[in-house]
Amino acid sequence: MSATEGNAPAHGHGDHHDDHAAHGSLKGYLTGFGLSILLTAIPFWVIMGDVFRSTTTAAVVVLVFGVVQIYVHMIYFLHMNSKAEQGWTMLSMIFTVVLVLITLGGSFWVMFHLNSNMMPMQAPHETMTSPK
Amino acid sequence: MTPAPTSESVLFGKLSLAALPLHEPILVATFAVVALGGVAILGALTYYRVWGYLWREWITSIDHKKIGIMYIILALVMLLRGFSDAIMMRLQQAIAFAGAEGYLPPHHYDQIFTAHGVIMIFFVAMPFITGFMNYLVPLQIGARDVAFPFLNNFSFWMTVGGAVLTMISLFVGEYAATGWLAYPPLSGLASSPGVGVDYYIWSLQVAGVGTLLSGVNLIATIVKMRAPGMTMMRLPVFTWTALCSNILIVASFPVLTAALALLSLDRYLGTAFFTNDFGGSAMMYVNLIWIWGHPEVYILVLPAFGIFSEVVATYCGKRLFGYASMVYATVVITILSYLVWLHHFFTMGSGASVNSFFGITTMIISIPTGAKIFNWLFTMYRGRIRFELPMMWTVAFMLTFVIGGMTGVLLAVPPADFVLHNSLFLVAHFHNVIIGGVLFGLFAGIAYWFPKVTGFKLDVFWGKVSFWCWVVGFYFAFMPLYVLGLMGVTRRMNRFEDPSLQIWFVIAAFGAVLIAFGIGAFLLQLFVSFRKREQLKDLTGDPWNGRTLEWSTSSPPPAYNFAFTPVVHDLDPWWDMKRRGYVRPTEGFIPIHMPKNTGAGVVLAGLSVVCGFGLIWHIWWLAGAAFVTIVVSAIVHTFNYARDFHIPASEVTETENGRTRMLAAGV
Amino acid sequence: MSTPSTVPADNGTIFYLRSEHHPENGTLLGFWLYLMSDCLIFACLFASYGVLGRNYAAGPSGADLFDLPLVALNTTMLLLSSITYGFAMLEMAKNRVGLMLSWLVLTLLFGLAFLSIELYEFHHMIAEGATPQRSAFLSSFFTLVGTHGLHVTFGCIWLVTLMVQVAKRGLIAENKRRLMCLSMFWHFLDVVWIGVFSFVYLIGSMS
Repeated sequence: MSATEGNAPAHGHGDHHDDHAAHGSLKGYLTGFGLSILLTAIPFWVIMGDVFRSTTTAAVVVLVFGVVQIYVHMIYFLHMNSKAEQGWTMLSMIFTVVLVLITLGGSFWVMFHLNSNMMPMQAPHETMTSPK
Repeated sequence: MTPAPTSESVLFGKLSLAALPLHEPILVATFAVVALGGVAILGALTYYRVWGYLWREWITSIDHKKIGIMYIILALVMLLRGFSDAIMMRLQQAIAFAGAEGYLPPHHYDQIFTAHGVIMIFFVAMPFITGFMNYLVPLQIGARDVAFPFLNNFSFWMTVGGAVLTMISLFVGEYAATGWLAYPPLSGLASSPGVGVDYYIWSLQVAGVGTLLSGVNLIATIVKMRAPGMTMMRLPVFTWTALCSNILIVASFPVLTAALALLSLDRYLGTAFFTNDFGGSAMMYVNLIWIWGHPEVYILVLPAFGIFSEVVATYCGKRLFGYASMVYATVVITILSYLVWLHHFFTMGSGASVNSFFGITTMIISIPTGAKIFNWLFTMYRGRIRFELPMMWTVAFMLTFVIGGMTGVLLAVPPADFVLHNSLFLVAHFHNVIIGGVLFGLFAGIAYWFPKVTGFKLDVFWGKVSFWCWVVGFYFAFMPLYVLGLMGVTRRMNRFEDPSLQIWFVIAAFGAVLIAFGIGAFLLQLFVSFRKREQLKDLTGDPWNGRTLEWSTSSPPPAYNFAFTPVVHDLDPWWDMKRRGYVRPTEGFIPIHMPKNTGAGVVLAGLSVVCGFGLIWHIWWLAGAAFVTIVVSAIVHTFNYARDFHIPASEVTETENGRTRMLAAGV
Repeated sequence: MSTPSTVPADNGTIFYLRSEHHPENGTLLGFWLYLMSDCLIFACLFASYGVLGRNYAAGPSGADLFDLPLVALNTTMLLLSSITYGFAMLEMAKNRVGLMLSWLVLTLLFGLAFLSIELYEFHHMIAEGATPQRSAFLSSFFTLVGTHGLHVTFGCIWLVTLMVQVAKRGLIAENKRRLMCLSMFWHFLDVVWIGVFSFVYLIGSMS
């Protein structure tokens, strides 16, 4: 938490026009749009064109592109920056990202350990292959 | 057990006359008492013509103080219900031995312990805490109201809606017989075909919306509406803990919502999330529900820590020892509380690496908690301690909570947990921290802030009676459970065969009776104090020589809280103001901008209850119609732009002159 | 309204403001906090999909079911709706009501197109026997993608409501604030969709 916030202003905000949140600019939106088209197209191409022989590599590439694209959307469409609302939006987002990672990573870790420990007869790789 | 009707009618779904538990004498008697009491209250309200007053001044009120009071009233009412469940269980277990069956058959007993847990957590502890936060946070930060006053009213009524659904289950149908977290596959459709689990799901979903929105509301309030000069490191400790508690609410209640939604999909649509077949995994539910469940514990206890911090500083006449360390400890607990959830199911079998990680994180959490205990002790050290009621509760808390904390660390050791899991040792442990931590904190808070809320102090004699009954009763009720748990006695059993165990259950039942006297004495204390309110009157607004801003205004505070927004120069701003010769302004008042009352909150929440009822009983047309009405009324509500008004300067002047006269009378 | 309007106590320290204090409006922050909580709902659904998403129970898998060109088309719809909403916000900043409303109509159309394609996809899968009841994989798939779709549906209802309100009252401060909230909501749903198409569709369709 931000311990120092500077001395809170004694000046009031006379009117209610204090929604200084960024509206972005045309250039920003177009850059973001171009980047996101690119970042969408590449992973689709990777999978649909069977570019990598290893599925693990392909999965990692797709996820990396996903993360980069999320970042692009945050910057160009959601106008994230560390100054909006005295940094509280940024802070809450970082906190949420940490919790999302804990929820996802923790669940996967816990449940896959459980499956490998408690269900030796039905290891994940057996259920993975579906009968065609 | 209510037989689950096999056929559903279009008009009434699963609902039929068979759903009324006419064959259970205990429920019929309870219903008779509740019905008579209800009719008497409604009749009295009508006779004294207070309906209009209630509607205008309370039900539609968006004043955070009134909403806070209503939350606390809800919590007290539900405490009586939850405690009746508790004492029924204690009585059953004290007599059902060696062949004796007691008076509660297993199916009824199962519903009682489920209802007890759900009510005590969701409809007693949560509304209590939310009520305190609602009442105090705006006053402590020098604001006029919360950031979203309408949302506040709506949140409150959604919480009431959840409580109403739970209460309806007592007389129409049945409640879940699954334990307070409704683990599948027991809570799945195959094992629980009745409406009990559906009551559970929808009451929590309705109340959950309210809790989540009130969390958002209070965070925005604390972030945005602090008085000039109140930096984050000048926030009163209670407000700090409220902030962290609400952050936990916003970050964990969605997980509960999601877990319950998946469970309801399994029950309503036949999906395969938590089923035994089609690839589902019941343990995924346990995993998800505890990702919510552990932070929930800290949602409850952090504000209680805040209350103790305020109480200790005030009654020792000293600044809180180690304010900064208190804040950091709170923040650390907030984050760590997300890293320990697996300690609730070590026995699930994730293996040594997973269990040791979560065991260690759990033990680490006791470090910031311990730091807090030392901070309170060092505040007391060489302080001029006044042993008023709140201080007595605080000392009782410190002794009791340390025991609960240590048994918690014991349970955090996975091998020990394998022995003690699901035993009465665990039951004793969490009652030890929740009663000894949360409830004692709430009683300390009630005694401390009661004069602020009502304008008169609480009667000390009956308060002390209540205190001793509660504290002694607690030890009698729960220490035997530690012993029983160590002997391997499991929880959630309605009878035991081994007669040598009986004596411990009898002692525990005696403790529960003492607690009943404690609750009785508390109610009597309220009554006696009301009768003696002229004698106990607080004219100054600052009866305890307080330190934070809520004591700078009158008791009870005016609708607008502060005639002029305070400017803060120090931690403990009111102490600072008193020390530096602050003079209360008596003229030059200006109109004050306030939000308007609205009935939209109670209407939307009422519709949500109807929708939930329809879903529970499979009355699809009713649920659908209620849902559409909710959406439409919410949209209609957004077309209302005239949401605030000004209190004219003349009215402010009149109110403040009243206070000036009162202060003069007090001198 | 700074120093002159405050009142000094005996020793010159100012303890209260003489004029009305207007704290900043908290709506945007509050709405952002709500989005963060929504984010955790999706995290749980993603976690369920991640844990259960390979449990086909001898039923069809993602590789059998997913139609990637259709998903690509759907993704395009959502991206287009995002940029049109962005253009609407630029017009809002310039206070041009008419142009802003036209961009919003376009956004709505793209949103509805997205929903139609998704419904078509669901219908197609269910007709093939790949129902949400068939396996834990399909339960978690339908719930995750369906929850996103429900959000888009509510976004569309909200969009229509806001267009009526802007048409009635113009771009007053409240309406601007509401449009900005919906903007965050809309772009937030984009971000979730990136997770959906990467994690569910693309990775799930690898055999």
